[in-house]
Amino acid sequence: MEFIHPILIKPFADMVSAPDFLVQVLWEGIVSGVLYALIALGFVLIFKSSRILNFAQGIMVVFAALTLVGLYERGVPAWLALPLTLGVMLVLAIGIERVVLRPLVNQPDIILFMATIGITMFLIGLGETIFGGENKRMITEELGIPTGNFIFEPFGGFVSIEQKDLTAVIGAVVLVVVLLLFLNKSKMGRAIRALGDDHQAALSVGISLSTIWVLVWFIAGIIALATGIVWGARAGVSFALEVIALKALPVLMLGGLESVSGAIIGGLMIGILEKVFEIYWGQPLLGGSTESWFAYVLALLVLLARPQGLFGEKIIERV
Amino acid sequence: MLYRVAGQFKTSYQADYALFPVRQDAWLLVFILLLAFVVFPMTANEFMFRAMLTPVLIYSLAALGLNILTGYAGQLSLGTGAFMGVGAYACYKLVTIFPEMNIVVAIFLSGFFSAAVGVAFGLPSLRIKGFYLAIATLAAQFFLVWLFQKWAWLYNYSASGAIQVPNIKLFGVTVAGAHATALTQYYFVLCVVCVVTFLAINLTRGRIGRIWKSVRDMDIAAELVGINLMKAKLTAFFVSSYIVGISGALFVFLWRGAAEAELFDIQLSFKVLFIAIIGGLGSIMGNFLGAILIVALPVLISFVPGLLGLPIGAAMVEHLNVMIIGMLIIGFLIVEPHGLARFWAMIREKLIIWPFPH
Repeated sequence: MEFIHPILIKPFADMVSAPDFLVQVLWEGIVSGVLYALIALGFVLIFKSSRILNFAQGIMVVFAALTLVGLYERGVPAWLALPLTLGVMLVLAIGIERVVLRPLVNQPDIILFMATIGITMFLIGLGETIFGGENKRMITEELGIPTGNFIFEPFGGFVSIEQKDLTAVIGAVVLVVVLLLFLNKSKMGRAIRALGDDHQAALSVGISLSTIWVLVWFIAGIIALATGIVWGARAGVSFALEVIALKALPVLMLGGLESVSGAIIGGLMIGILEKVFEIYWGQPLLGGSTESWFAYVLALLVLLARPQGLFGEKIIERV
Repeated sequence: MLYRVAGQFKTSYQADYALFPVRQDAWLLVFILLLAFVVFPMTANEFMFRAMLTPVLIYSLAALGLNILTGYAGQLSLGTGAFMGVGAYACYKLVTIFPEMNIVVAIFLSGFFSAAVGVAFGLPSLRIKGFYLAIATLAAQFFLVWLFQKWAWLYNYSASGAIQVPNIKLFGVTVAGAHATALTQYYFVLCVVCVVTFLAINLTRGRIGRIWKSVRDMDIAAELVGINLMKAKLTAFFVSSYIVGISGALFVFLWRGAAEAELFDIQLSFKVLFIAIIGGLGSIMGNFLGAILIVALPVLISFVPGLLGLPIGAAMVEHLNVMIIGMLIIGFLIVEPHGLARFWAMIREKLIIWPFPH
């Protein structure tokens, strides 16, 4: 029974003996979970309205952040760079709808998925051509985001919370609330949900497909910019972000592809669990960097129990 | 005119289901094989082999494996790169543990390791479908690459964490390692690819292939007519991962010469998926057309600025290349979502009825 001890007993003993460290780990998990949730939110919006699994969401995050930083570096003041970047995202949304989505209406899912990978490659190339491929610093202070630390001392220990992380979490909560209000209360939001339920029925009551698609991609662009700012503040702006954005896929699967709340809960779950697993099981037992696969394996296990994800719509199959 | 089928009568079902119902197809294949076996080796230089011909063949093989899973059996996979890695690492362990082993045997054996891993990660496909299944293969992708990095036994505890291909002789000729010539490697890869492709063609048009297609088109209906879904899906995962594993072994042993875990990351999976989709899902020939487009075209594009005399740096060329590939992919998907193979099928139809359009 030697091997059971480090797996089942020691990690929990560690957690109890150093609760302040556990709190720190949980906080780190929450912050990355919020970021996963934000990216997943962009996916869900587009998936709900057009059944497209938008692989380009990750690169849109990078592209938005790069545009913001790139504009600032070229002498545009920060307060102006922000709306300009939003403008760029709007142009991008219109362009994608015109050039890519419109000719591909009614194609199989996999083709549209591939097309979004094509968009990804195009945006990578474009971003590198215009702004260069090197890592950039996010203009955190210039945007008025505080950068200090809050220090807490619970249980006689020591927990440090960065103010920009706190800002990120608060900002994300505000964004999600606004988004939910928009989706559930506004006319446009209802149109988006109607399209998600049934394309043809929505078209027949006069909802414009192309307008809604542009709108949805633009909202996804706004979310991408928000994600890019908070993530860039933590890790700098570079194309490495794109790989991290892939994590949104297990988040989505875990929460269910159609569910906004599922994306948020899934994101938080994965963010927290993968941190805890990495610290208490991964590093001592498996040699570390388990964060690269933990989310996927977790999502896989959940899917085996619930094939539609935790909050997804029940899959009904007919012959 | 060239494809005139008038006069080619079929008097038995066997003749109708033959590999080449139209005689000209056979001639075309002979012509292509002649190009591959005789003309290219006589005309191409070292760079052509290393940068274009060999990689095109290896990527075609990987895409062929993926196509059997995604195009024929309808199970989306995003973990091809990792399965190639399993084949490569298995082959490396085999040749280092048994140095006397024939390289051909080692390569074909290493396919079984990746097939076993593929079946293990294919098990969830019995319960999870569509995009949700992609997560199972993504889990395989990230977990396996992590394993390649952390499990030092796999790369024989070398300090760099990379696997280095030793010099291996086959019938007195060095085929793998630093001393091998590009020409021998090309011939080796070409022979393996021809054999596997031939087997795959016959597998996909036979009983198993039809079972796969019925599962792809509607799995519930397939189950209702008495097809064992579990068997069908798992054989697809087995065959697909086997071929992908072989291509991974070739990828490292006959082309790259050395590899580290990052080589098999998700970008490789996407590249192979692109080849399969651009070439045409559910087509064998499409894999080759797709590989030519995705592998060889970027090499050609990178020469264009030099030929035109434009002063563009190497990094910029790389960036523009990525951008152009992205645009090409979108363009091809819009023009012909069913891939280059469908394109060829349409041209062939036109040729058959030419010059009378009706």
